[in-house]
Amino acid sequence: MVNIKINGIDYQVEEGTTILEACRQNGIRIPTLCWLKDINAIGACRICVVEMSGARSLTAACVYPISKFDEGKNILTHSPAVLESRKMTLQLLLSDHNMDCLACARSGQCELQALCKELGVDSSDYFEGAKNTHDIDRSSKHMYRDDNKCISCRRCVAACEKYQGVGVIGANERGFRTEIGCAFDMDLADTACVSCGQCITACPTGALSERDDTDKVWAALADPEKVVVVQTAPAVRASLGEAFGYPIGTPVEGKLAASLRRLGFNAVFDTNFGADLTIMEEANEFIDRVQNGGVLPMITSCSPGWIRYCEAYFPEFLPNLSSCKSPQQMAGAIIKTYWAKKNNIDPKNIVSVSVMPCTAKKFEIGRDDQSAAGVPDVDISITTRELVKMINRAGIRFTELPDENFDTPLSEGTGAAVIFGATGGVMEAALRTAVWKLTGENADSPVEFKEVRGVEGIKLAEYDVAGTKVKVAVASGLANAKKLLTQVKNGELDVQFIEIMACPGGCVNGGGQVIQPAEVRNFTDIRAERAKALYTLDSERTLRKSYESPEIKEVYANFLGEPGSHTAHEVLHTSYKASSLSK
Amino acid sequence: MAFKKSIVPFTQTPEQEKQLMEVIEREKGHKGALMPILQHAQEIYGYLPIEVQTIIAEEMGIPLEKVYGVVTFYAQFSINPKGKYKISVCLGTACYVKGSGDVYNKLSEVLKIKGGELTPDGKFSLEACRCIGACGLAPVMTVNDDVYGRLTVDEVEGILAKYED
Repeated sequence: MVNIKINGIDYQVEEGTTILEACRQNGIRIPTLCWLKDINAIGACRICVVEMSGARSLTAACVYPISKFDEGKNILTHSPAVLESRKMTLQLLLSDHNMDCLACARSGQCELQALCKELGVDSSDYFEGAKNTHDIDRSSKHMYRDDNKCISCRRCVAACEKYQGVGVIGANERGFRTEIGCAFDMDLADTACVSCGQCITACPTGALSERDDTDKVWAALADPEKVVVVQTAPAVRASLGEAFGYPIGTPVEGKLAASLRRLGFNAVFDTNFGADLTIMEEANEFIDRVQNGGVLPMITSCSPGWIRYCEAYFPEFLPNLSSCKSPQQMAGAIIKTYWAKKNNIDPKNIVSVSVMPCTAKKFEIGRDDQSAAGVPDVDISITTRELVKMINRAGIRFTELPDENFDTPLSEGTGAAVIFGATGGVMEAALRTAVWKLTGENADSPVEFKEVRGVEGIKLAEYDVAGTKVKVAVASGLANAKKLLTQVKNGELDVQFIEIMACPGGCVNGGGQVIQPAEVRNFTDIRAERAKALYTLDSERTLRKSYESPEIKEVYANFLGEPGSHTAHEVLHTSYKASSLSK
Repeated sequence: MAFKKSIVPFTQTPEQEKQLMEVIEREKGHKGALMPILQHAQEIYGYLPIEVQTIIAEEMGIPLEKVYGVVTFYAQFSINPKGKYKISVCLGTACYVKGSGDVYNKLSEVLKIKGGELTPDGKFSLEACRCIGACGLAPVMTVNDDVYGRLTVDEVEGILAKYED
């Protein structure tokens, strides 16, 4: 332990703790801008500077580990020199920043804006001088980059490289001309960007944002000729409440259904139905591959970011991918085939909207081989954040809504479906059904497979199923997926079934979820908190295995036949192809 | 976004490719290998086009952007080949104070290229350089080995005309 003073008061801190963490442990918050715990500790932005006795200049608190040589030193966290320096740093950032704040997607949630307010920046043009101008990159289906609002903190670069092992964005040029972009200033759409959106949730300002598709939804809702339906993914209910003041990890299932109904959708479905359907098909496919010598390990296909990654970076694993469409696409396909026919609606008249924790879903809806009824399975995909915008714009007071149910049919979701939103959830859900099947449809087969739960990047487990060993692996965050797949490729790891989710922690931490500022992310594991909400919902369900759902039974009895049937393949399965985009 | 791929088609001899592969093989695995690889690659090809950077990225198992980020950070690297006539304008302190910035901008305007680029016919390339030790002649520019001093903006077009062949 090292004895130090913080603002003249004595404390003992563990050697190696950074100044920033030592202060935080003792109730003092030091503002930050570029620091993102675990991935971006670069001391670049100089917002977290403090005054330390014996030091000639101000010290960046985020990267300074306290050592025994600091014994007895006094750290000043809000001296005039410190506050003046932080303020000037902000003024300099503003001197080359597009300050069209009123029309900015991030206004109100911008970390730069919040710091300016906190540190008393009272004029936005303190330093007059040269300004860079950058073209806005709108090439991608899921997002845009406006470098005119970029502060070069590199949080997006770190997210792309460290979480995802992708690295298609980085800092180009140097000094004042530094800009974050792609190699050779390529459009993002021409690179092997996987559309995960982790860069967006890492960005402190409005430089990165999802493509806003809410106007398309408003237009559809206002069109009397259209039947506008909506489905919402399991993870959305774990994060949406945060935008309305609920603590992180508060499930808001009932109010979510109520808000969608009040927005005017003709039918409000739960993607959980699609998730249960995915399990029926995927468990069947897995058993078939095991029993009939198919390609193993089989790898899940629910995460469109992961699919894009596999197609660009590991095309040799394409035969391992489950041919199942994602829950979003399965639900969409069933709506435009089975549901449309049952209700005598022309699928061409349906506008099918999805609310997703994901930006890659915007890409997925436009993929080939995703049009079961001859029209796209899903027409518009919006993120959790875009739904927040719509709820606010419609004047819906979310906290005052009653808890309502989704519309039936196509909404019953078992506990297995709800946990899809957390890493390991799809694996656990699949095991619940696969083990039941493999043990001769034994109703007492296990429900919980806790070894695959938790936020660790890679999880391995082995189960004894009716005398056969089933080895499974779960990875979230594509950098972890890369590690896992490299081991499999090199023959160092023998597993039969792999779940991969592009985003660290799974969909609960998806690139389309409510953005928590670094301030919160650095000290709270939002992945774990949101996952808890889903596991709570699961434990409260009476039906926790996909095959138990009466709606699933009904759709197989009346439409699909058996899992893996010809109709099921036409409606619920898809194909993949290697991509040659620039890596 | 303006894709910055060089407009001059890339060609390489088997000998150049062999040399590059040897350098990568020798250096990769060492910490900080990218810099020496890029330096050798520029010696081999004269510049670092997307094709060369892609080979380096793939062989080293790193993203192309990582390579490009380093290439654009250091002034010593060029993503465009040099022209038949290589124009360097000194933007050192003395020349700059004497108006070399205006000369540089005029060249850029007349040749329709930015610093670091090459005209489509491969004839002229333009770059800014630091002090060449001819401050007494400020502002100064060079075209290959020819030195032009006490320049004014109005002289630019006349000088370029000398290199019509």
